[in-house]
Amino acid sequence: MNKNTLLALGIASALSVASASAVFAADAHAPQPPRQSWSFSGPFGKFDKAQLQRGFKVYREVCQACHSMNLVAFRTLGQPGALGFTEGQIKTIAAEYQITDGPNDSGEMFQRPGRASDFFPPIYPNEQAARATHNGAFPVDLSVIAKARTFEVGFPGFLIDIVRQYQENGVDYLHALLTGYSEPPAGETLSPGQHWNKFFPGHKIAMTPPLDKDRVEYTDGTPQTVDQYARDVTAFLMWAAEPHLEARKRIGFQVMIFLIVFAGLAYFTKKKIWANAH
Amino acid sequence: MSGPSNFQPKSPILQWTERRLPILGLMHSSFVAYPTPRNLNYWWTFGGILTFCLGVQIITGIVLAMHYTPTVAGAFKSVEHIMRDVNYGWLIRYVHANGASMFFIAVYIHIFRGIYYGSYKEPREILWILGVILFLLMMATAFMGYVLPWGQMSFWGATVITNLFSALPGVGPKIVEFLWGGYSVDQPTLQRFFSLHYLLPFMIAGVVILHVWALHEVGQNNPAGIDVKSDKDTLPFTPYATAKDSFAMICFMIFFAWFVFYIPNYLGHADNYIPANPLQTPTHIVPEWYFLPFYAILRAIPSKLGGVLAMFGSIALLAFLPWLDRAKTRSARYRPLYRQFFWIFVITCIGLGWLGAKPAEGGYVIASRILTAWYFLHFLVVLPLLSYYERPKPLPASIAESVLGKQALPASVKGSS
Repeated sequence: MNKNTLLALGIASALSVASASAVFAADAHAPQPPRQSWSFSGPFGKFDKAQLQRGFKVYREVCQACHSMNLVAFRTLGQPGALGFTEGQIKTIAAEYQITDGPNDSGEMFQRPGRASDFFPPIYPNEQAARATHNGAFPVDLSVIAKARTFEVGFPGFLIDIVRQYQENGVDYLHALLTGYSEPPAGETLSPGQHWNKFFPGHKIAMTPPLDKDRVEYTDGTPQTVDQYARDVTAFLMWAAEPHLEARKRIGFQVMIFLIVFAGLAYFTKKKIWANAH
Repeated sequence: MSGPSNFQPKSPILQWTERRLPILGLMHSSFVAYPTPRNLNYWWTFGGILTFCLGVQIITGIVLAMHYTPTVAGAFKSVEHIMRDVNYGWLIRYVHANGASMFFIAVYIHIFRGIYYGSYKEPREILWILGVILFLLMMATAFMGYVLPWGQMSFWGATVITNLFSALPGVGPKIVEFLWGGYSVDQPTLQRFFSLHYLLPFMIAGVVILHVWALHEVGQNNPAGIDVKSDKDTLPFTPYATAKDSFAMICFMIFFAWFVFYIPNYLGHADNYIPANPLQTPTHIVPEWYFLPFYAILRAIPSKLGGVLAMFGSIALLAFLPWLDRAKTRSARYRPLYRQFFWIFVITCIGLGWLGAKPAEGGYVIASRILTAWYFLHFLVVLPLLSYYERPKPLPASIAESVLGKQALPASVKGSS
């Protein structure tokens, strides 16, 4: 039997060596975005309303020049767990946008100011028009971008993240991308319209560095730095992608308490029933 | 489902009904009086957990279908509409999406439990084969469900998997066109996948009934892997199994809720939040985690047809398990060698799953090939050989003895065993 154990162990270790060698075959291309601390992470995470409003300002004054957000409706800016705007503020914001509506009685499409029930309008009439303006590149819609980007965490980090409830890889990446611009390293050449970004897969990105110091005016004394802008707009994009995040975590906690108490009761019931059975 | 019942309801109305449709008696004999081996451990609670999973998927799925639009232009938007504007839509959708993963976690535990304790052996072959059919139906349902949000992974996953059939010589391309309903993955594909995704769970429910029927006919296997010999060996389903299953199910719900409420997108793929674009292939097309071991087997074989055959073969082999492993002893507890090979097999499957998520290049391919080879060797060589060469340990005389010890038994039971 000892011989058999050895044989089995031998096979097992051969297999694990095979898997381990595979680990070394992995090449590290883009560096891992550093993890940031976000107000909305963790089991009791909540959005910071002031931060969301600042981020929204950055979106409107910078990103919106090219990027739409057309799955988001103006009315949602004021719902619970959102930016905390009043009905009046939302009406004002919506009215700043022109919405194509119609056809009217004479069969024409027409433009009208936005209403709270409207969605953020598209920036370009179609993808081709956007590409024509941007040298062939297409500025993507940002509605769910915070959930549509991520990076590989690797072993064993991806397992630890389950226990830590870490699901902020998307926002970590966006923050890193917005702050990751630099001159290309020696030996790398960029064609016109390309920029070097440390965290972009392949490093050559068509988006011009969007943020500069003092580009957007903050009235609450928050530092007007690229890092702060990136942080704020990323938090806003997380809200846009997951508007019910706060409700989810709040209800989740209630569900957890209920289930844990229920499990306790079920355990003692089971114990009593089985007391004489084994 | 376990023979005639002597159940007698007290109320005259129920007595009247019972004489005409003995459904209460059926329920009573199946889920109350049904004798369960008294040594069942918590690995046996996953059958009930799987029924719960199926129920959750069907209920949440029906609600989602009320708000979902199966069109190329509208699918992605309608899912976001559910997430944003439908009351508790985010909850229903996250429960459904994570529920698929929970279903597979539970089914894999259930399958490995069956493999460890030899639950596929005589007289449970048909029960086992029905299980393999359920597994296949689940895979088909999950695959088609993942296509419905019409994100990038939906689209490209559907393209890659349906294209597999083109490897079949002669009829292959025709089959693929038939699946697509055209010449590429497009509107007809999405719409028929939606239709089938709604149909298959009810087929699963039907096969589950057969599965439970077969189970109640032959009785449950148990950790000792020996047959029930006397009443002393069993306990009535209610309250014993009911209480134990309930506790296990609530613990499973805690695990489930952890994902739904705190890391709902962890098990999904970020690329699926990018709307499907037929003109742009993602860098890595990766299926959902529960398909990864089979995906690794598919890519380990250098020829396309070979890969497809190996992948389907790896699942089909499971159905032949009762005849590949001819050892008389069921439980791995009493099979010292088999037990070690079982754990090597588990590691092989996990390894294949990990490799399935990696790009098909360099060392990953080599590792995939080694593990794929071992997967097949385990079934085709190791198991048949073990049946002949392994010397099992002595089995306990009865289930009761294995639980209570010899001294705990009255003389009459000792004598009868």
